[in-house]
Amino acid sequence: MSMLDVVLFLPLIGFLLLLLVPKSNPGASRMGALIISLIVFVASLTLLGPYWFAAPTGYQFQTNVPWINFPPIRYHVGLDGLSLWLVLLSTLLTPIAVLVSWKYIDHRIKEYFAFLILLEFGLIGVFVALDLFLFYTFWEISLIPMYFLIGIWGHDRRIYAAVKFFLYTFAGSVLMLAAIIYLYNKSGTFDYSDILSQIQSGRLAFDARTQLILFLAFFGAFAIKVPIFPLHTWLPDAHVEAPTAGSIMLASVMLKMGTYGLVRYCLPLFPGAAHSSAPWIAGLAICGILYGALVAMMQPNMKKLVAYSSVSHLGFVVLGIFSFTQQGLDGAVYQMLNHGVSTGALFVLVGYLYERRHSLEIAAYGGVATPAPNLAAVFLITTLASVGLPTLNNFIGEYLVLQGASQANFTWVVFAALGVIFSACYMLWLYQRVFYGKASESVSHHIFDLTGREWAAILPLLALMVWMGTFTQTFLPSISAQNASILQQTKPASAVAEVKR
Amino acid sequence: MDIANFLPTSAEYIRILPEIVLTLVGVLIMFLEAVLNDDQKGIFAPLAILGLLGAAAGAVAAYGDPGPAFQNMLTIDGFATFFRILTIGVGILVVFSSADYLRRENSRGGEFYALILWSIVGQSIMVSANELIMIFIGLEISSISSYILAGYLRDDSRNNESALKYFLLGSFATAFLLYGVAWIYGTTGSTNLSVIRGALLAGGEPLTLASVAAALIFVGFAFKISAVPFQTWAPDVYQGAPAPVSAFLSVGPKAAAFAVLVRVFLTAFGPITESWAPLVWGVALATMIVGNFAAIMQSNIKRLLAYSSIAHAGYILVAVTAHSGDGSAAVMFYLAAYAFTNVGAFTVVAYFSRKGEKYVAVDDFAGLAQRQPGMAAMLTIFLLSLIGVPLTGGFFGKFYIFKAALDAHLVWLTVLGLLNSAVAAYYYLRVLVVMYFREPGESAENLPSPGAALRIAVYASAIGTVLLGIFPGWVLDFATKSALK
Repeated sequence: MSMLDVVLFLPLIGFLLLLLVPKSNPGASRMGALIISLIVFVASLTLLGPYWFAAPTGYQFQTNVPWINFPPIRYHVGLDGLSLWLVLLSTLLTPIAVLVSWKYIDHRIKEYFAFLILLEFGLIGVFVALDLFLFYTFWEISLIPMYFLIGIWGHDRRIYAAVKFFLYTFAGSVLMLAAIIYLYNKSGTFDYSDILSQIQSGRLAFDARTQLILFLAFFGAFAIKVPIFPLHTWLPDAHVEAPTAGSIMLASVMLKMGTYGLVRYCLPLFPGAAHSSAPWIAGLAICGILYGALVAMMQPNMKKLVAYSSVSHLGFVVLGIFSFTQQGLDGAVYQMLNHGVSTGALFVLVGYLYERRHSLEIAAYGGVATPAPNLAAVFLITTLASVGLPTLNNFIGEYLVLQGASQANFTWVVFAALGVIFSACYMLWLYQRVFYGKASESVSHHIFDLTGREWAAILPLLALMVWMGTFTQTFLPSISAQNASILQQTKPASAVAEVKR
Repeated sequence: MDIANFLPTSAEYIRILPEIVLTLVGVLIMFLEAVLNDDQKGIFAPLAILGLLGAAAGAVAAYGDPGPAFQNMLTIDGFATFFRILTIGVGILVVFSSADYLRRENSRGGEFYALILWSIVGQSIMVSANELIMIFIGLEISSISSYILAGYLRDDSRNNESALKYFLLGSFATAFLLYGVAWIYGTTGSTNLSVIRGALLAGGEPLTLASVAAALIFVGFAFKISAVPFQTWAPDVYQGAPAPVSAFLSVGPKAAAFAVLVRVFLTAFGPITESWAPLVWGVALATMIVGNFAAIMQSNIKRLLAYSSIAHAGYILVAVTAHSGDGSAAVMFYLAAYAFTNVGAFTVVAYFSRKGEKYVAVDDFAGLAQRQPGMAAMLTIFLLSLIGVPLTGGFFGKFYIFKAALDAHLVWLTVLGLLNSAVAAYYYLRVLVVMYFREPGESAENLPSPGAALRIAVYASAIGTVLLGIFPGWVLDFATKSALK
C-alpha cells in the first residue's frame, strides 16, 4: 500500500465517519470535515516528494492489485506529472470549500459535509486511476455528491440545475463506457498502460473510421465536462445554482476532469483521430473563448459572469491541448491549475459577498471598497490574476498556450488573443461596478470586511497566484516531462497512420 | 421393458428436494391455518422462512449430484441451481418485507405464505425443466399462485382488478406457449429440449414450422417477462397488487421466465438462432424504449417501477439476443442484482405508502429523506442501482450485458441500450429529487418507524446490491461456469 492509496481512501473513511456523527451536533460535522480534509491535504503533500524540483518519468506510488477476476479489472492507481498537481488541487480546495461553507450552510449540515468529503474521494480517484474501468467508476462516483450538493443546498432553480448537470454528464459518459468495453474486447484488458503499449507497438490498431468513433465517444464525455462550446449550457445553470463550495469544487476541479481526460486518454489512445479532428476542436475552443467572454460581459449576475468566464478560460486549455506542441500542452496543463486557483478564489469571494448582501446581482453592489477595503484588495488581486497580469499565474499559462498554438496555426492565435482582451474587459468592469463608486445605504449597512476564517480560506489561494506566477520552476518541469512523453506517444502512431493512409 | 426403469431412484428425489420441501411446508402452513387461533398465526412468517432456507439447502444438496431426473424431464445443472437459489432468495426477502405489510393491512392469513412457497415451487420446476410440458406445468403452478397473490387483499377493488387482469392476460399468454409447443411437437415429434435440438441440428425439419413454433413460444414468454408489445398488463397489475406482491411478481416469476427463455432458445432453438435472433433484437429495443419513455410520464411510484421493470426486461433481452455463454451469464448476474434492487425498492415503497397504500404518488415522497433518512438512503442505493451507477449491482449487470452484446457484434443495440439507460436516469432522479430536494409536505407526517422484519428485508437487499457492485465475481464466477452456451 502506497501513500497514494492512503490519500485516496482517507476521504472515503472520512465520509463514513461523518455519517456516524449525530445529526444534533452540526459543529462536530463541520469540525470533523475540516480536520479530515486538512489531514488529507497534509498527507497529499508527501506525494510531492519525487517531484520536488525533479521530473521522474513513469508512474510513482503505483498499486496494482486485482479487483474483479473476470473480466480482469484491476485496482491500478499511480501518479505522474499530470495527475499529481490535479490531486493536490483537489486536496487543497476541499478544506477551503469546508471553510467557506462554515456559516453559509445552515440546514442539513451533517449530510452536506459528508457529501463534500465523498466528492473529494471521487475526484482524487478520477485523477489517479490507471485502469479504464476504475476510471469510469470514479468518474460516475464524483457525479452523485455534486448532484446532491447542488440539489439540496443550491439557490432557487437548484433542482433544474442539478438534474441537468447529472443528465448531461451521465449521457456523455455512457457512450464512453461503450467505447471502454469495445477497447477491452479488442485488447483483452482494461489496464491503461497495457492498452497504450498495445497501441504503441501496433498490436492493437483500428481503421481510421473506428478510431474516430472511439475518439468521439471519449471526447463527447470529456467535452461535456470541460465544457467545450456548444455543450456548455449545463455549466452556467449548475454554477449559479450551486452553493459557494459547490461552485468552487465544480469550477476548480470537476471541469479539469474533462481536460485531464482529453490529455490522458483522447490523445495517446487515438492519436490519428485526435490529429485529424484537431482543427475542428480548435475551432470550437476558439468559439468558446470568444463566446464565453462576450456572454460574460453582458451578465448581470456575478456567478454567471464567472461561469461564462470559465467557458472562455477552458477554451484556452482545449486549444493548448489540440495544438500538439510542447508549449501548448504545458500551457494547457498549467492553465488547468491556474484556473482552479484563480476561479476558485473568485467563487470564494463572490460567496463572501453573497453571504453579506444575499444577492448575486451586480446591480445590488457598488462602493463595496469603502466598507470592506481588504475584501476589495483581495478581489483585485484575484481579478488581475484572472485577466492574466504578468507575475500572476494565468499569464504564464495563457502565454504558453498562445505560443504553442501559434506554432500550430497562427490564425488561431489572432482570435484567441482577443479572448485575453475581452477577459480584461469583463473582469475589470465587474470590479469597477462592484467595488467602486459611492456605497449605497444597504451596501454600507450589510457589508463588513473579511473575518479571520475568511482570510484563512482565501490566503492560500492568493499565495499560490503569486507563487505560480513567479516560481514556475516548482511546477513546470514535471508537467513538461509528462507532456513530452504524451507527445511522444501521440507522434509515432500517427506517423504510422499517415503512412498507412 | 423393465418396469424398474421407470421408478425414480433416490438420487432423483434428492434432485427435486427444494420442490418437495416447499410443497410440504406450504401444506403444513395451510393445515396450521385451520387449527391455530388468531394470536398464534405469527408463526407463519418464520415457518415460511425456515421452509425457504430448507429449500435452499435442498437446492445446494441437489447440486452436489447434478444430472437429469425423472426420465430426463428435469435436469439439475448449475444454471438450474443458480435460478433455484435466486427464486428462493427472492422468496425470503419478500416474506420479510410482507410480514409488516400484512400486519399493517390487518391481514395475517397463512395462505399468503403458502402461496408464495407454491409459486416458488412452480418457478423452481420451470428453471430445472428440460421438457416443454414440464415448463408448462411449472409455469402454471407459479402463475396460478401469483394470480391469487395479486388479489390477496380481497376487499380492495384495485387488488381485484389487478388479479383479474393478470389472470386473463396470463392465461392468454399460456395459450400461446401451448400452441407453440404443439407446433414444435408436430415438427420434431418431441417436447424434450435436447431431442428438439438434435432434430433441428440434423436438419430436414421444415425451418418455417420450427420458426413459427419458436415465435409462438417467444410470445408466451414475452407476456411473462412483460416485453413489448405484450407489456400492457404489467403497470396495472403492479399498481393494483399489494406492494410486496408487486416486488415478488416483478422479480421471481420474471427471473424464472427468463431462465426458461434462455434455456429453450439457447438449447432447443440454438440451431435456428438466425431465425429468432432478429425478432428478439427488435423486441429488446422496443421494450427498452417503451419502458423508459413511458416511465418518464408516470406520477405513481408503483407504475413508475413497473415501467422501469419493463425497461429492464429490455436490457436483459439484449443479453439474450447475444445468444452466447457470456450473454447467458450476464442474464443470470443481471437478474440476481435486479432481484435485490427491485425487491428492496418495492419494500421501501410499501413502507412509505403507509396503511391502505394511501401515498403512492411520487410527490407524496416529498422530504421523506428528512423524516426517515435511513430508509431514504436505502431507496437511493436501489435507484442508483437501477440507473446503473458504478459500485452497485445494477451497474455491473448492465456492464456485463452490454459487454456480451458488443462481443456478439451488436453495436447498435449496445449504443441504443446505453443511451436508453441515460434516459432512464431522468425518472429515477425524479424520485431522488422529491425525496431529498423538496421540503416535507403534510403527507410526510405520521410516518411510523419501520418494523424489524421490514428493516431486515431492506438492509439485506441494500447489502446485496452493494456487494454485487463491489465484488461481482462472487456471483459472476458461478454464473460464467454454469451458463448455457
